[in-house]
Amino acid sequence: MDNHDRLGGDALGVDGTLNPDEALIEIGGLKTYFYMHEGIVRAVDGADLTIRRGRTLGVVGESGCGKSVTAQSILRIVPPPGKIVEGEILYHRLLDRDKMGGATEIVDLAQLDPRGREIRRIRGGEIAMVFQEPMTSLSPVHTIGNQIIEAILLHQDIDKSQARERAIEILTRVRMPKPAQAVDSYPYQLSGGMRQRGVIAMALSCHPSLLIADEPTTALDVTTEAQILDLMRELQQEMGMAIMFITHNLGVIAEMTEEVIVMYLGKVVEQADVDSLFHDPKHPYTRALLRSIPRVDEDTNRPLESIKGMVPDPYALPQGCPFHPRCSSFMEGLCDIQDPPLVRLDGNKRVRCHLYV
Amino acid sequence: MASEPGQVNDRLSFDRSSSRRKLTEAEKLYVASQWQLMWRRLRRHTLAIIGATVLAIGYLVALLAPFLSPYPINQRSDYLYMGPQKVRILHDGKLHRPFVYGLKQDVDPDTWRRVYTEDKSILYPINLFVRGFEYRLLGLIPGNIHLFGVPEGGVIFVLGTEDLGRDAFSRNLHAASISMSIGLAGVAFSFVLGCILGGLSGFYGGLVDVVVQRVIEFLTSIPTIPLWMALSAAVPPHWDPVKVYFGITLILSLQGWCGLARVVRGKLLELREEDFVVAAQVAGTSDWNIITTHLLPAFMSYLIVNVTLGIPGMILGETALSFLGLGIRPPTVSWGVLLQQAQNVRTVSLYPWLLAPAFMVIVVVLAFNFLGDGLRDAADPYAV
Amino acid sequence: MLWLYILRRLGYMLMILVVVSVVGFIIIQLPPGDYLSTYIMRLEQGGMDVDEAQIAALKMRYGLDKPAPVQYAIWAWNMLHGDFGRSFEWNLPVYQLVMERLPLTLVLSVATMVFTYALAIPIGIYSATHQYSAGDFVATVFGFIGLAIPNFLFALILMWVLYSAFGLSIGGLFSQQYLQAPWSWAKFADLVKHLPVPLIVIGMGGTAGLIRVMRGCLLDELRKQYVVTARAKGVSETRLLLKYPVRIALNPIISTIGWALPAIVSGETIAAIVLNLPTTGPLLFRALIAQDMYLAGSTVMFLTLMTVVGILISDILLAVMDPRIRYEK
Repeated sequence: MDNHDRLGGDALGVDGTLNPDEALIEIGGLKTYFYMHEGIVRAVDGADLTIRRGRTLGVVGESGCGKSVTAQSILRIVPPPGKIVEGEILYHRLLDRDKMGGATEIVDLAQLDPRGREIRRIRGGEIAMVFQEPMTSLSPVHTIGNQIIEAILLHQDIDKSQARERAIEILTRVRMPKPAQAVDSYPYQLSGGMRQRGVIAMALSCHPSLLIADEPTTALDVTTEAQILDLMRELQQEMGMAIMFITHNLGVIAEMTEEVIVMYLGKVVEQADVDSLFHDPKHPYTRALLRSIPRVDEDTNRPLESIKGMVPDPYALPQGCPFHPRCSSFMEGLCDIQDPPLVRLDGNKRVRCHLYV
Repeated sequence: MASEPGQVNDRLSFDRSSSRRKLTEAEKLYVASQWQLMWRRLRRHTLAIIGATVLAIGYLVALLAPFLSPYPINQRSDYLYMGPQKVRILHDGKLHRPFVYGLKQDVDPDTWRRVYTEDKSILYPINLFVRGFEYRLLGLIPGNIHLFGVPEGGVIFVLGTEDLGRDAFSRNLHAASISMSIGLAGVAFSFVLGCILGGLSGFYGGLVDVVVQRVIEFLTSIPTIPLWMALSAAVPPHWDPVKVYFGITLILSLQGWCGLARVVRGKLLELREEDFVVAAQVAGTSDWNIITTHLLPAFMSYLIVNVTLGIPGMILGETALSFLGLGIRPPTVSWGVLLQQAQNVRTVSLYPWLLAPAFMVIVVVLAFNFLGDGLRDAADPYAV
Repeated sequence: MLWLYILRRLGYMLMILVVVSVVGFIIIQLPPGDYLSTYIMRLEQGGMDVDEAQIAALKMRYGLDKPAPVQYAIWAWNMLHGDFGRSFEWNLPVYQLVMERLPLTLVLSVATMVFTYALAIPIGIYSATHQYSAGDFVATVFGFIGLAIPNFLFALILMWVLYSAFGLSIGGLFSQQYLQAPWSWAKFADLVKHLPVPLIVIGMGGTAGLIRVMRGCLLDELRKQYVVTARAKGVSETRLLLKYPVRIALNPIISTIGWALPAIVSGETIAAIVLNLPTTGPLLFRALIAQDMYLAGSTVMFLTLMTVVGILISDILLAVMDPRIRYEK
């Protein structure tokens, strides 16, 4: 079926206001596998999630749970030997960019040619991505300005001098010190925080509707991290853009996001609003994660809680629920045989656990 | 459901039988040492294994050269510029043990060249383990048994002969032992020099480093072959073959150590800053232990690769010099010396078997390159 | 910043030149017996009379009865005045002999370098981006073989093949009629016609090696994060390949282009001997065989001078090109 035949509904609710639950990206049953020498790594193994327009979705989980690969799958930049094996990534694109709440068309990103024109139009122009390490994200032999202008010229129909102006403008907006100088600087001349601002500027230069941030502050010190997070929140408000915020840091999740999904071994195990997740976690894994955060008001004599066991070998995943070897609510005969389905609970919650089936 | 301090969770209790079960493949991967990992990866490199096999055979042959040669290298015969003899197993249509026919010499009336034809009336069976001329393997072990030979009156020139009727096969074998060992000797010398100077340079830095760096820069900016030619010409003609051999080895290593010294220095500089070295220092490890336990293993693989890839350069260098008459001198033979006979295009087109040493050089150098490449890939810690 | 760097490099070059002159001097003194006794021997062999006065004059000029450091000083002084000694074989000043051939050596070397890089870089890029494909396999095999065959051997084999198959006799850089003729467009055209065989012979090893280096460097860069960033911006594959990883992978390759010169000159020397080209190679060879040491030593010196200057120029060009060098060095 041709992608473009599916027109989504109007983004406007009945009373003409912006539908707060309107989906921007809907991922259904995504499976991205890596075909290695030693075996198949099922990095994403049936993930379902929704990113809503203008809102921030947090994606949290341990290393290796598939959060980054999910993000890469959206933009179709999964490195070989990885490929999307199954599933759909529905992108609800506004037909008229400036008309918030107008009609949309639906494009299945999973079906697009990863080298083709379509996805390239979307990359950078409509969906942008920011990575963890700002130093290695930027080319060492090109100026920041050069790299931002490249993005601008790719997606906007203006000339070079206008592009340069816009580059300086966006650098100013990300609070880059001395933007007119920074635009001609090389990455090695800037500090870590400045580089990350540059990377963010580059990503936002074409006003994307979604910013995917893959651990954007993990490599920064705490003060800089706070500044960058503040910046991202402000820009999000100004531009009305959605953010998919990937991190393993629960503190950042609490601060930045509105909705959260928790991933474990390639599957979404819980999805909830951020408050609900922290106050009433449902999945045993989420509970264990939250318990493991040290608290200021806790008794200092007690040992720190950790989740027992280890993340299993990706080539030898356990049968049934992937979390069962480490689960405190393990039910023999059920959890080690059957993989639980994703169950919808009241509110916006979803859990993948036999406890709720 | 937290565990009380001191309580061991049942599911994690130590299962005594588990220590005796065999490790699964994946687990073996996790506990393998650096060398085991390298070997695993190397095994997958078919070309490298082929190279290694060829070299193993080659060096074995070179070692046993006198045993494998039916004739001394400088023994002349009446059979000049004869092509390789055919070893046959059929006589009058019947199977026979391997033999060669006798030979008749004639002069071609048109070209005035000698022509050799087989005299089918005389048969010389090939005997194994015959007694022949005396030799000393590696200059130490005396012997006079040869792998094969023919009875009195017959000749067996497997690769033909050259202008003085000497057996090309024996000469090629001997040449192999000289050329291939010079490669090793030269590299050994470069290795020692390179490690010492590179090590001092990298570890201490400062003035030592600057001086060594300048020297290396200088040596590497001189074009190799002209320098070698000039130095070789200075080797006095009255020196005996052994001295000449070592003289040539020294000349070849003169620039050879520079490459290794650079690698050693580079790696040391890089690794000095690595966190694991700082951690070792902070833990109180002595300098010597840091070098041997921490630094050395990290770049041992690079050294091995460098050495392996350096040997063909030496072999090619010696071949080039000897070819020009400036290296190993007759009566000693090396591949380069043998190739002198092939200088003349007309000679080669008439007697193509004279190019056999060329073929051998190429095969050996290829083998080293395959092996070195495989080792380099296997040693790369970041390869997927 | 840049000027300081250039000045420093020039300073090093001067130091190197001094050391090179010492090496040249050592080469000259190497063979047993000194220049004078060899010269006298030759004269006698040639049946000529030995002119005492002439001998005395030579002794004076080159200080041959003085200790080595003094001899060196005299020789160095002479050199600065353009006197590099005299060749017995040719009975001509060394300077003249070398200068007759050095320019052609330079031309051939530079041409080989251009040929090598122009060929190897695109092939290397192709090989890296189409890893494990048939094209990559061919390039890799060619790479290995190219590195394994010593160039003089290749010259021999080539000559043999062309002779047996086509009856062609290759060799030399000019046809008979142009050999001694003054320069003209026709002579230049003749040179170009004869260039392919020497270029291939000399350049083959270098090309093979460079292909593999380019391939390796590019493969390393292709794994890096900035490539992903560029892709995530929507840059097309070809464009992003050339602008980012290739540009960066080329850095170490182009920056060391000057350092390829000694290897090329070295290869050219021996190829020239086999192919009988009118360059410095055969000149050096004959001089060494004849123990014509002033000629031999000076030839080595000039060749080294050429390579050192070449390296300097390329290093300066690199500093101009790469902003990081300017700040770091």
